[in-house]
Amino acid sequence: MAAPALVCAVAVLLPLGYLVVRSLGADAGEVGRVVFRWQSVVQLSNTLLLCAGVVVVTTVTALPAAWLTSRTDLPMKRFFAIALVLPLAIPGYLMAYTLLSLGGDYGAAFHITGVSVPRLGGYVGSLVALSVYNFPYMLLNLRAGLGAYDTSLEEVARSLGHRPGRVFFSVVLPQLRPAILAGTLLVSLHVISDFGVVSLMRYETFSYALYQAYQGAYGTRGAAPIALIMMALAGVFIVAELMMLRRVVLTRAGAGQARVRRPLRLRRWAWPALVFVSVLVLVGVVLPVLTIVYGAWGVEMGSQWRSLRGAVVDSLSVSAPAAVVATGLALPIAYMARRYPSRWSAGLERLGFLGYATPPLAFALGLLVITLRVVPGLYQTAFVLVYAYSLHFLAEAVGPIRAGLFAANPRLEEASRALGYGPMSTFARVTLPLLRPGLIVSLSLVFLSSMKELPLSMLLAPPGFETLSMNIWQYTEDAMYASAAPYALVVLGVSGLFVGVLVFNERRIS
Amino acid sequence: MRSHYFRASHLVYCLIVLALSFGGGSVGAAQAESLVLYSGRGKALVEPIVGRFTEETGIEVRVKYGKTAQLAVALQEEGEQSPADVFWSQDAGALGALVGAEMFLPLSEGTLGLVPEVYRGADGLWVATSGRARVLAYSSVRVGGGNLPGSVFDLTDATYRGRVGWAPTNASFQAFVTAMRKTHGQDAAKAWLVGMIENDAQVYPKNTAIIQAIAAGEVDYGLPNHYYLLRFKTADKHYPVEQTSFAAGDIGNLVNVAGVGVLKTSEHVEAAQAFVAYLLSSKAQQYFASETFEYPVVGDVIPSPRLQPLELLRGEAPAVDLDTLEDLKGTLELLAEVGLR
Repeated sequence: MAAPALVCAVAVLLPLGYLVVRSLGADAGEVGRVVFRWQSVVQLSNTLLLCAGVVVVTTVTALPAAWLTSRTDLPMKRFFAIALVLPLAIPGYLMAYTLLSLGGDYGAAFHITGVSVPRLGGYVGSLVALSVYNFPYMLLNLRAGLGAYDTSLEEVARSLGHRPGRVFFSVVLPQLRPAILAGTLLVSLHVISDFGVVSLMRYETFSYALYQAYQGAYGTRGAAPIALIMMALAGVFIVAELMMLRRVVLTRAGAGQARVRRPLRLRRWAWPALVFVSVLVLVGVVLPVLTIVYGAWGVEMGSQWRSLRGAVVDSLSVSAPAAVVATGLALPIAYMARRYPSRWSAGLERLGFLGYATPPLAFALGLLVITLRVVPGLYQTAFVLVYAYSLHFLAEAVGPIRAGLFAANPRLEEASRALGYGPMSTFARVTLPLLRPGLIVSLSLVFLSSMKELPLSMLLAPPGFETLSMNIWQYTEDAMYASAAPYALVVLGVSGLFVGVLVFNERRIS
Repeated sequence: MRSHYFRASHLVYCLIVLALSFGGGSVGAAQAESLVLYSGRGKALVEPIVGRFTEETGIEVRVKYGKTAQLAVALQEEGEQSPADVFWSQDAGALGALVGAEMFLPLSEGTLGLVPEVYRGADGLWVATSGRARVLAYSSVRVGGGNLPGSVFDLTDATYRGRVGWAPTNASFQAFVTAMRKTHGQDAAKAWLVGMIENDAQVYPKNTAIIQAIAAGEVDYGLPNHYYLLRFKTADKHYPVEQTSFAAGDIGNLVNVAGVGVLKTSEHVEAAQAFVAYLLSSKAQQYFASETFEYPVVGDVIPSPRLQPLELLRGEAPAVDLDTLEDLKGTLELLAEVGLR
């Protein structure tokens, strides 16, 4: 088990080594000009403000949504359980573009109603777009949390005469803390590294500075220190989550069965609840899809069919292996962290997050240089792209497997060993089947992320190799929105399918 | 529940099978008889022309798309090991940077002879493929035709306070600032940038965003390249934005070029030279003029009715040596100094 985990650690750290070396080689004056100045302070505080805002908005919206879709008799619960996760299929920059094209004197709202609504932008615009985009990540974590905890505590509190509100704040919320923390970490890391949304919304964060440094100089040295600062920032979040998580101890006192729960009846609150989740689906799914369909209207596909087919093949040919590789790597890491808890195995698990936290542009450049120096034969092959995706999205694969391991009782494994099976066959016959739903969620999450990925693909793709999202970017960049639309719709369709897979298996984990 | 689970896992098994089959297939990507083109120009502009080239010559072209600056970085990192044969850049600055790094082979005399001297790089190491002008875009709703400024320097005037959109991170804008520094001097360029910032010029990430902001009513004027608006107008002829040039010779009318060079690392030099020559053929040039709304760089092309005649463009353009645009570093330092980077 330790060997694959170690390989993984080295693989994540390699591109980072490149960044450090590059920073050391940078001319001090240049670093000073780019890093130590007033603007950096502004960008840093902007980044933190946006992180805080998005975390608050996603938590406040996802918490009731998670509760409604998992614990109540909400009408059409199953539909909403899936629909609320669907924004996962929509890239952030597409969401920002949707919001932008809605408002203003010549926006979609004006064309349809004749009334011009103000265009979102700046902090508010970034906040809305990033919150919608990140909402499913928070929701999935909270739903997992709600599913995992013991409802009998809630019933005890109720039977002691506490009102429902009091029960929520003193019993439910504390139990959800690990889930909220996990969601917060994921959301913050996304916000720190986002570039597409903040640039379209004209809000200057740290990743904006990084992008400019890379874009401008025809060289990479000035940018490396900025990338390191961003990683340090991400590192702070990763460690903070770990520290806060350590103080939470949740165990069931007795060996008894968790209570079978009955969904709470909403009665007259069913309508407001329905309106609430419908608005979320409207903003997060219907609006962007309509915008894209509107863009695709009347586009002549003609010769584009071939290109579209090629893009589908290219996208699948790296996203699918990446999903499998990432899940394969995540399995030993999560297993070690759960079954052999130590400082070492916890550190290894956090290392997965480091790949996630490295700005993709920096990660890609690091990989590019390393393949050229070490294995030039692999340069610009799909291998490197699969490698990049799987390490970058490793963190997404670890989480669900870990959650699955929480549910798989180690006593079952012990029983299997006692009955004479070796460690390997115990793993294959007992642990793996128990983990299957978690593995499927991991596969789906990494697959979804890889389908949407852009900066890594741009730098590392072989010539003639173009994924769906590269095509979307290409055409929107040249203001040919109609041509971009078919690619966007395919991404949505394929991703939607896997969101369905994800939601069905999500329930099995809990 | 159970039936759903089965369906779901089948889908995932498909994924795994797919992964394995692709894993085997994606190895030997390199082919012997094909060109590798690194293109800083978008797919929409490149793919049709590459397709025609392949049809006529039988030479396959594999394209790696990206931002011009990123590809220039990648080419320098790759050095000797670069698989690229040809680099097609979106602006003259990046070409100059690669000339400085001694990465280009000289182009053939015949190819160079096709274009006027202003459209060739130093020592014949690169050649322009099409031209594009910087323009002043304005709202056709909120700006009357009579109130247009004669010079880009006028935009620091209080009349334009908070009404102008620009894209300081955009490569074309930065090339324009370089030209301003070279023509009017460092101090004048700095004074203009500071004046624009103090006049509350609105920052956008790119040219198209400026034009959309004018339509949306966020700003009234903008400084983009000339062809983006024409693409918006093709999709919607009532689009409420117009564009114009400044007075003849004004630096705000800078004509920059997209250009192409053959890399020293190329193992298919003949095919690469043929590709460059093809981009200057009247067929390709006609395509740029009528489909991408850019200015052709060779003579015998029917001009697009949407574009002003080439002679007029040349008359209005300021005299700038395109090779001097490679001094991007100085411009980036200036932009950092005034707080735009």
